[in-house]
Amino acid sequence: MSVENMTVTTIFDKSQEGRKGLNLPVLDVEAKTTLDSSLLRKEKAKLPQLSEFDVVRHFTNLSNKNMAIDKNFYPLGSCTMKYNPKIAERVAGLEGFSSIHPHVITNNMNEDVQGILETVDMLEKNLCEVTGMKKFTTTPQAGAHGEMLGIMMIDKYHRSKGNKRKYIIVPDSSHGTNPATATMVGYEVITIKSDANGGMDFDDYCAKMNEDVAAVMLTVPNTLGLYNPRIKQLCEVAHKYDALMYYDGANMNAIMGVARPGDIGFDVIHINVHKTFATPHGGGGPGSGPVGVSEKLMEFLPDLGIKKVNDIYEFTTGGKNSIGKISPFFGNYGISLRAITYMTTLGGNGMYNTSSKAVLNANYILNRLKDYFDVPFGNKCMHECVISAKTLAKGGVTAMDIAKYLLDFGMHAPTVYFPLIVKEAIMIEPTETENKQTLDLFCDTMIDAVNLAKKAPADFQHYPKTLGVCRPDDTMAIKNLNVRYEQ
Amino acid sequence: MKKYSESHEWVEVEGDIANVGISSYAVEQLGDITFMELPEVDSEFSKGDSVAFVESVKAASDIYTPISGSITEVNELLIDAPETMNEDAEGTFIFKLKVSDMGEIDALMSQEQYDEYKETL
Repeated sequence: MSVENMTVTTIFDKSQEGRKGLNLPVLDVEAKTTLDSSLLRKEKAKLPQLSEFDVVRHFTNLSNKNMAIDKNFYPLGSCTMKYNPKIAERVAGLEGFSSIHPHVITNNMNEDVQGILETVDMLEKNLCEVTGMKKFTTTPQAGAHGEMLGIMMIDKYHRSKGNKRKYIIVPDSSHGTNPATATMVGYEVITIKSDANGGMDFDDYCAKMNEDVAAVMLTVPNTLGLYNPRIKQLCEVAHKYDALMYYDGANMNAIMGVARPGDIGFDVIHINVHKTFATPHGGGGPGSGPVGVSEKLMEFLPDLGIKKVNDIYEFTTGGKNSIGKISPFFGNYGISLRAITYMTTLGGNGMYNTSSKAVLNANYILNRLKDYFDVPFGNKCMHECVISAKTLAKGGVTAMDIAKYLLDFGMHAPTVYFPLIVKEAIMIEPTETENKQTLDLFCDTMIDAVNLAKKAPADFQHYPKTLGVCRPDDTMAIKNLNVRYEQ
Repeated sequence: MKKYSESHEWVEVEGDIANVGISSYAVEQLGDITFMELPEVDSEFSKGDSVAFVESVKAASDIYTPISGSITEVNELLIDAPETMNEDAEGTFIFKLKVSDMGEIDALMSQEQYDEYKETL
């Protein structure tokens, strides 16, 4: 391992006074500025000074340090880190799409961007088809933004009917964003415990459901990778009290072309298209979270939509009950393009196959590992499986230690310590895009880890051994976070 | 004598005031604690209400009051030094409560019952 790989130097450390990427001819006219002098810098900006080659080498080396889906197996549970097909990148990179100025929308220049609006329309219609919802909006900027939009529409629905609602129900296996969204929109959260099968406890749910409940937020299949066979009943119970059903689409990769939330009885759904339909979000974004609604919520959709009049797409504003403007644009349009490319490339049968293989792969892993780890909810799962290092932890090796061990073998760690209701949880989502050899290599490495944990548990403190950083101090990072560069 | 709840709070009564904290088992599960949010003095709570909030490197979790009553004191030390919880969970109270129903305390688990309960988790 070279020193270059051990330490991270910033581009500022490499700066040399006077070094340039570009040499301009000597200025032979008078220098003038039209800006007021109060707007001008008093001292030069502290920019790094490097040659073009220095910059290229710096960023190429940085990118090589990254553990990325294009380089490594990345079974991060609930994140759907699938291969991002190059055709999706190619379409998103087409100049007609990528060079358009976003303000053609705010300036109402719809006639100049008919092709773009057609793709927005295509995506909305395709998402309706896949989910069974009546209408979609692609305006949210990310999944959590979409989630908030969904709950705000539910809030407006109740207000418009004069319903006084106080609570939102979530299961104890929910994503953290669900109770966070409910709280931000002004609701109190009721958490329902999971039963022995990993689903929301049905009796407790029925006992807590009444006319004070605004909505129920569910991820289907849930974060344990389980499909609740009583899901339709859950919807029926809520609807009896005019409580609406919110579908967190994070795990849509399990049911594409198999089941549709709209048919099950959900009233609103957000889809993380950057998970399910290409563009995995491991790079830190941008995300995209289109929201679909049932008939009941159509009138509350936000400002900025499109409709076709005489073969021309026009912008529309929301109706009189619209919750208003949540974003000036059609979300992160580049992600929308990748999603529409992905969907049209696969087609309906392709999407069905995708979900089927995602489920098959997760079950293969679960069944290869079930004799080595604790398996809290049996040996069947949907697109991801949750196993537990509870027994190993008694001998001193925790889920975190196993996760760190994997890094030395060129694999990204699975999600650990989530869902919160499983002790020493390890949540594995292989996705459909991995082949059997990769899955076997992962399982073999996990089994090796278990055997080693039983023989020499103390060794685990030292993993990973091959990377520049072994165990960063998480506590220190949270309490004394310092991300500011100082020379 | 300490009593325990199923959600891992402990209660120790002195006169009509109850000290409430979370068990060392709960703290072990949470890992290094990095942030705590405490209730306001004089606020009233019923048994099972979410009263305080704890955040660790692994998770964020509500702390429920195992008994009803009004808050008489909170442990301000924990705001600046939440890590005290990791050093001595069973010896660090989070809030004190004027007990409104002593019967609720009898219904909680003894140390032995709590130890047995932990084994089932």
